[in-house]
Amino acid sequence: MKKLLGIVLSCAMVFSMAACGATATTTTSTAASTESTGEAAAEGGNASDLKIGVILVGDETEGYSAAHIEGIKAAAAELGMSDDQIIWKYKVEESSDCADAAEDLVGQGCQAIFSNSYGHQTYMVEVAEKYPDVTFVSMTGDFAAISGLDNFKNAFTSVYESRYVSGVVAGLKLKELTESGTLTPETQPESFDADGNVKIGYVGAFSYAEVVSGYTAFYLGVKSVFPTVTMEVMYTNSWFDISKEGAAAEALVANGAVIVGQHADSTGAPAAVQKLKDGGKICYSVGYNIDMLATAPTAALTSATNVWSVYYKEAFSDIANGEPVPTDWSKGYSEGAVAITELGPECAEGTAEAVAAAEAALKDGSLHVFDTATFTVGGETVTSAPIDLTYYDYSTGTPVAVYEGETKEAITDGYFSESTLRSAPYFALRIDGIVEDAEPVA
Amino acid sequence: MSSTQTVREPLVRIVKREGATLPKKILVRAVAILLALVVDAMFIYFVTGLNPLAVYGVMWGGTFANPTRFSWMLRDLVTLLCVGIGLAPAFKMRFWNCGGEGQILIGGLATALVMVYLGSSLPAPLLFLCMAGASLAAGALWGVIPAWFKSRWNTNETLFTLMMNYVATSIVACMTNIMRGSASSLGTLNKATKAGWFPVFMGQRYNINIIVVVVLTFAMYAYLKYSKQGYEISVVGESENTARYAGINVRRVMVRTMLISGAICGLCGFLIVAGRDQTISTTSAGGRGFTAIIVAWLAKFNTFTMALIAFLLVFLERGASEIASAYSLNQYAADIITGVILFFILGSEFFINYRVVPRGMHKEER
Repeated sequence: MKKLLGIVLSCAMVFSMAACGATATTTTSTAASTESTGEAAAEGGNASDLKIGVILVGDETEGYSAAHIEGIKAAAAELGMSDDQIIWKYKVEESSDCADAAEDLVGQGCQAIFSNSYGHQTYMVEVAEKYPDVTFVSMTGDFAAISGLDNFKNAFTSVYESRYVSGVVAGLKLKELTESGTLTPETQPESFDADGNVKIGYVGAFSYAEVVSGYTAFYLGVKSVFPTVTMEVMYTNSWFDISKEGAAAEALVANGAVIVGQHADSTGAPAAVQKLKDGGKICYSVGYNIDMLATAPTAALTSATNVWSVYYKEAFSDIANGEPVPTDWSKGYSEGAVAITELGPECAEGTAEAVAAAEAALKDGSLHVFDTATFTVGGETVTSAPIDLTYYDYSTGTPVAVYEGETKEAITDGYFSESTLRSAPYFALRIDGIVEDAEPVA
Repeated sequence: MSSTQTVREPLVRIVKREGATLPKKILVRAVAILLALVVDAMFIYFVTGLNPLAVYGVMWGGTFANPTRFSWMLRDLVTLLCVGIGLAPAFKMRFWNCGGEGQILIGGLATALVMVYLGSSLPAPLLFLCMAGASLAAGALWGVIPAWFKSRWNTNETLFTLMMNYVATSIVACMTNIMRGSASSLGTLNKATKAGWFPVFMGQRYNINIIVVVVLTFAMYAYLKYSKQGYEISVVGESENTARYAGINVRRVMVRTMLISGAICGLCGFLIVAGRDQTISTTSAGGRGFTAIIVAWLAKFNTFTMALIAFLLVFLERGASEIASAYSLNQYAADIITGVILFFILGSEFFINYRVVPRGMHKEER
């Protein structure tokens, strides 16, 4: 972990120095570390004048915002910033409250303002128009590049990479269960479909590209080590609803799911899976955001997480050094911006090695999550996926373009390139082997 | 052994106080606020470990630190006051309109729909007229349904209006889900054209909100105090039988009053959507339908007093979020601080209406 931190640190150094240094080779990284003393001093000097405003949709009691708070504090600590250099606005709704909060932060002298919820963006952009000298970052937002503003930015981690890796963990468990004879059509008949494929499930929040991209990555991760698998996705239509997520997990397990993944913010699904497992079912959980071992000590395999501090550190140092913050920031394993949590006690043997191999392959670019050779849509290999980057207003029934964007091809060199055309996910293909339930959980 | 004892005088007795004088009322309230600040200071010092005086300074700054914050306070004040003005006639009639929330939402939704579907086809003045009209009509409808049922079959208006809130919330949730299309959230409406957004007037978009509510404040004051209908409302509120005896058509008064009450709450939805948020969501009303009950009730339906109480509530709310922000405290801790103040102020009403007589003090016995 310390080693990883060192790599991340030196990468960020290089980045802050070269502003757009994309590949950190060994030579530059050593160069950076020899110069790092001087650089750190200069960076510290600038960072001490920084004033950062943070607008959060929740507070530390809610997992998603808590992860951002942790990331910001870690980044600030690394840059030697003091507590009073960050001004927090908690529980800011996706309404004009957000615009108020942003304007107030400008008034308090912040050079940069970060908001963490998708719906904040339409209010952030209004304030950004008013104050061109202040940088506004709408995390998870999707129209910074086409807004025509230099001071309005988006950022999103490539969390689909860690979802893929968490899928590998789940796939290895399936392999172990079937090979050891624990899971057979005799011991748990509902877990096999007519073709003998093993069923898994996924609790999704909403049917947005963000969720589709995530569950597809998870499924492909499973499939990479255990090919005979099929997945059912059930939506809750809420980002945080313990009882609905629990109910969805129960329904999925009842339908035969052996593994239940999730893209929703509560501990509802792992808790439900643990209960069913204790009742004698063969079922396991893969979580999101936080380590689920406290909730599901034996059922939890791992969780896919974001390491927000990587982004915040980069953004803070950019601002401190007078460099522009990237308009669309999205990084994954290459910068250590995503990860999976500690492996659960019941993970299959050899999981740690397989995880390390997958992470290394993602890091060096030899493995692409959405490799078109690994999936089909309607039985066909996908060769073209045009992505319309325009930001639409759908309220009248017919889409009205608010910000015009180009339509770009996402498939290059035999893989679907996620989060490169813009930071927010846009993989929305419905691939074979995954079934979305039409009705959300009751 | 106690059963054979003679009746002992209780330690304290509570005696109704008739007509406390104004200076006395002010004194009681001042003492209440002072006590609240002392209790809060103890909470701040022992629980959060901060300097109470500094925290109070920050709380004050939440409203008065700069002109922008002051103007936001005004905007929030008039929004809350507008609902209070809407609820006042209903509560004065002793019709427990707990449906302000739903009436605001449905008014806001009507506004949003007009804004979205007619935004590009109508000229601005006509569009605003349609939006206001739609919000008034929708709010009035939401208010009059429970009133009509009550006047016909004497249904319980408290439950009925509460249920109407849930219906309105669900309709709004459904409509926003349809209107967001394939986007993850609805965002601001008519973002490209800004049709139906209040124009910037004297530097602020929400100055129009302030003007509308100030007009309403005067109008409602006059309506309740000087008009025949206002008099009918107060008679029905005091005693329905008296009203009937005096030849007042109670049913009609009830339905008419709730039409007005609902319409004003609906208009508040219009002000929120067009003048503040430029969008609609299930949280657009933000609990104001309930908070405004405190505003109307504490002020005894005097719209000018209501403005003062709305100010106090908004001041406390803004202060709380400023404390949470400045000290990186949990919002709940900040809410406790403002909650204590509110509790003491509400409690002081008791001491304005009643006296506590300790044992042995007989001099005022009648």
